[in-house]
Amino acid sequence: MAIVKHDVVDIRTSDDVVRVRQLVRGWSIECGFSLIDQTKIVTAASELARNTLQHGGGGNVSLDRLEDGRRRGLRLTFSDRGPGIADIDQAMQEGYTTGGGLGLGLSGAKRLSTDFAIRSAPGDGTTVTIARWK
Amino acid sequence: METIPILRVQDCLLVSIQLDMHDRLATALQDDLTNKIVQTRARGVMIDISALEIVDSFMGRMLNNIAAAARLLDAATVVVGMRPAVAITLVELGLSMPGVRTALNVDRGLALIRRLIDESGAPFGDRQA
Repeated sequence: MAIVKHDVVDIRTSDDVVRVRQLVRGWSIECGFSLIDQTKIVTAASELARNTLQHGGGGNVSLDRLEDGRRRGLRLTFSDRGPGIADIDQAMQEGYTTGGGLGLGLSGAKRLSTDFAIRSAPGDGTTVTIARWK
Repeated sequence: METIPILRVQDCLLVSIQLDMHDRLATALQDDLTNKIVQTRARGVMIDISALEIVDSFMGRMLNNIAAAARLLDAATVVVGMRPAVAITLVELGLSMPGVRTALNVDRGLALIRRLIDESGAPFGDRQA
């Protein structure tokens, strides 16, 4: 698997969340995703970027355009150095929220992606990686 | 600061969201619309989202909240113009908007609002003898 394009973008304000959405849209078009696949990955990115801002106190997203033989994919890694998540299973549950939202951010982003991984520990920040393949 | 314009047509308020909203703008729209319903005594609210490329859980919650507040203020809300890819994504995201009525386009939205207003009857005190 080769990384053919890479970038890192800060997420500090709610304007940055909009910027991440627009960037992911552009990259998913470059990957040749269908309109529905574009919409899914952009929506997942929006949820995770907001989590990074609201729960992680800001952070960044690393974007990678991937090629694996004929397959083309987009991988997004959201990282923050916030308080971290003590109980990841609980945080992944649909409807579970600590932020006053709907509790769909993590579970929804997982459903909208092909690959999903989360790494977090109290005091050690949170890293969420999603990928979608054409 | 940028705002989303709210137009009044007869007893309805019309909003067309034409830009990719950041969260503060979405929250401001919720407040503005709720205040405007009271100011103008509107009976219907139509929100056109045909320009929105995505609706995530935050925007979905905003639409839910607008519809819920409007209902408490005796106004019916209809969301129109949702793109097919947005609808499919919302279902997969797991977001249901139980309080939000939708219509395919502005024409059908207006017809639905008219019907909802007629069903709920004239507001008490405005009824003509």
